[in-house]
Amino acid sequence: MRHTLVARVRHQPGVLSRVAGLFRRRAFNIDTLTVGGSEAPDMARMTIVVDTLRTPAALVAANLRKLVPVMDVTDVTHLPTVDRDLALIRVRCTPAERTELAGLVDIFRGRVVDVGPESVIVEITGDEEKVSGLVDLLRPRGLLEMVRTGKVAMVRGSVAAAEPLAANG
Amino acid sequence: MIRTGAQIVWECLAAEGVDVVFGYPGGAILPTYDAMLEYPIRHVLVRHEQGAAHMADGYARASGRVGVAIATSGPGATNLTTGIANAMLDSIPTVFITGQVSSKVLGSDAFQEVDVTGITLPITKHNALVTDVGELARTMAEAFAIARSGRPGPVLVDICKDVQQAKTDFAYPTDLDLPGGEPLPPRRQDVQRALELIAQAERPVILAGQGVLRSGATQALMAFAEKADIPVALTLLGIGGFPASHPLCLGMMGMHGEAYVNSAIQEADLLLAFGMRFDDRVTGRLSTYAPRAKKIHVEIDPSEVGKNVAVDVALVADLKAALEALTPGLRSPLHPAWRQRIGAWKADTQHRDILHQPDNGKLYAAHVIHDLWAATGGDAVIVTDVGQHQMWEAQYYPHEKPRTLITSGGLGTMGFALPAAIGAKFARPEAEVWVVAGDGGFQMTQCELATVRQENLDLNISVVNNGYLGMVRQWQEFFYDKRYAATPMLSPDFVAVAEAYGIEGHRVTTREQVGPTVQLARTSGRAALVEFRVEKEEAVYPMVPSGADLHAMIRRPAADALPEAAADAKVPA
Repeated sequence: MRHTLVARVRHQPGVLSRVAGLFRRRAFNIDTLTVGGSEAPDMARMTIVVDTLRTPAALVAANLRKLVPVMDVTDVTHLPTVDRDLALIRVRCTPAERTELAGLVDIFRGRVVDVGPESVIVEITGDEEKVSGLVDLLRPRGLLEMVRTGKVAMVRGSVAAAEPLAANG
Repeated sequence: MIRTGAQIVWECLAAEGVDVVFGYPGGAILPTYDAMLEYPIRHVLVRHEQGAAHMADGYARASGRVGVAIATSGPGATNLTTGIANAMLDSIPTVFITGQVSSKVLGSDAFQEVDVTGITLPITKHNALVTDVGELARTMAEAFAIARSGRPGPVLVDICKDVQQAKTDFAYPTDLDLPGGEPLPPRRQDVQRALELIAQAERPVILAGQGVLRSGATQALMAFAEKADIPVALTLLGIGGFPASHPLCLGMMGMHGEAYVNSAIQEADLLLAFGMRFDDRVTGRLSTYAPRAKKIHVEIDPSEVGKNVAVDVALVADLKAALEALTPGLRSPLHPAWRQRIGAWKADTQHRDILHQPDNGKLYAAHVIHDLWAATGGDAVIVTDVGQHQMWEAQYYPHEKPRTLITSGGLGTMGFALPAAIGAKFARPEAEVWVVAGDGGFQMTQCELATVRQENLDLNISVVNNGYLGMVRQWQEFFYDKRYAATPMLSPDFVAVAEAYGIEGHRVTTREQVGPTVQLARTSGRAALVEFRVEKEEAVYPMVPSGADLHAMIRRPAADALPEAAADAKVPA
């Protein structure tokens, strides 16, 4: 099973290497890790997806909380969340195929954001299953290049991730 | 008040009540050393930065306060790392201050530049690089707070040379905003659940670790154990947390624990793990560890709960607070039958004990430790190195009080004893402090004899010399078909070495000399080194091979199996 942890960390030099170093030295198995800004300028936000078959999520969270720049950690796996992954996909596409491809991408609520002579760039945002669905569909056409951000997550409704679990120790 | 960064370092140390620091100067830390002369904090000049780190560590273990070491950039800092890792593995509150090249040349491979915060990332509780003098005081204050809070540990502050030279308005910060902080009290439902398991148990055993000492919980543990009538087994670092002479005290558990202690753990139906972390040296093979026992884990660090051993109830809390919450609720029956059963196992073990076997004229390390215990009235602070002598110390020097055994547990750092003992002597100058080291480990940091002499310390040093890297030799004997690769070791004349450093030296080769020579050393009023020439190929028994079941011990040979147990041998007093 995969667990999703949201960590709010102080926006300071070295915080990513502390987190990455922790995962390496504890031999934690991490699927994705995204880092970016948050609602506060001095705080960054990480979304971490853990393979719990090999690494218990609670152990990852407890170890993250020991890092001084980590302000809090919440396991949002069993909370209602909005999950998003963004991908940019360069796929082979002749001018004659463009209209058909655009229609296909539109079904996934993606869009074509750049056109070249023999390829286009497709942008898609959605949960990981949806993004993977489109990727699988485009692959036979000639997937030339791709970048995915990895998952970011936010709890739905009024239950904010800002209500962290007790950070003890 | 306006201060330079260098002055701020000492202002912060003074504000934290630091009375002694251990260090070694160099280019990138020179501004701080220059400012040192204006402050009343004692500086101990070491001979190698590893020694400074172990001294800070030994000081912290003996006193309970934060130990401090200082070094310069580059090689000064890298020489500290073994000692930092040692403090990390054993959760010792320490602050390490290193000079760094000027912030303007940071990252340019400048002379004596290394990425110290990068190198020490996995071996510190926290570290920080200071490139702005405005951040220095807060960083120092946070370092001390982090080092001693929660589960203690080492914190390193790397200070650029230009930061030490820059000036700013100084005030010691008191409004620290740190996560975690003081641990929460145990949750009521966890306390209730633990009390239910205790009430149901028929064969309970307490596993007491270093958390007992760090939390100041020795009295609370005694009250709990006595009221609940539960025997107490100790980890190596837990020794001293429960009096060895107490009827409920079982002694050390694990790889070189006595067989009856490990048997009690394997037969238990409830383990109460108090401030210990189920290290592999304590559990043996995890899949067969205490298979019938429920487990209660009282631990201050949540990341230790469930790490190695699944537990039924976890109390994430300060141990003393947890014990004080548990003890009033105890309503468990007493366990006389269980104690009798353990007592029968114990009798069998003692029958095989070397102390109860006829004297055959040979000098055994176990005899040395026992006689050292007798001569010091069991009241000395013993600082051991790592290896066979360390295990014999744990087995044959019963400790009654906390902080009287200082030893490298998690990292197993050879070379720890002499410098750590220097730190301990500074922490407790009134105490009788003894180094117990082997011939191998002692030579790793032997240079600190010069520090002993320069500081005029009344330190007692015993070198248990068996001419081998004894513990490695023992593993070769048991597991590598007696192929003694790289373990026979030629040593210098330790008596002459001591005398070269201006320290009196003695050599002991027979059992009768042990007690009188120890008395000579401890009453000389100055530093003394005693070399004990002991049996070369003696093994530490019992032993659980690495990764084996805890009950699958290599037992001490029975008395009649020892060929040297001659009929005409005299029985020692």
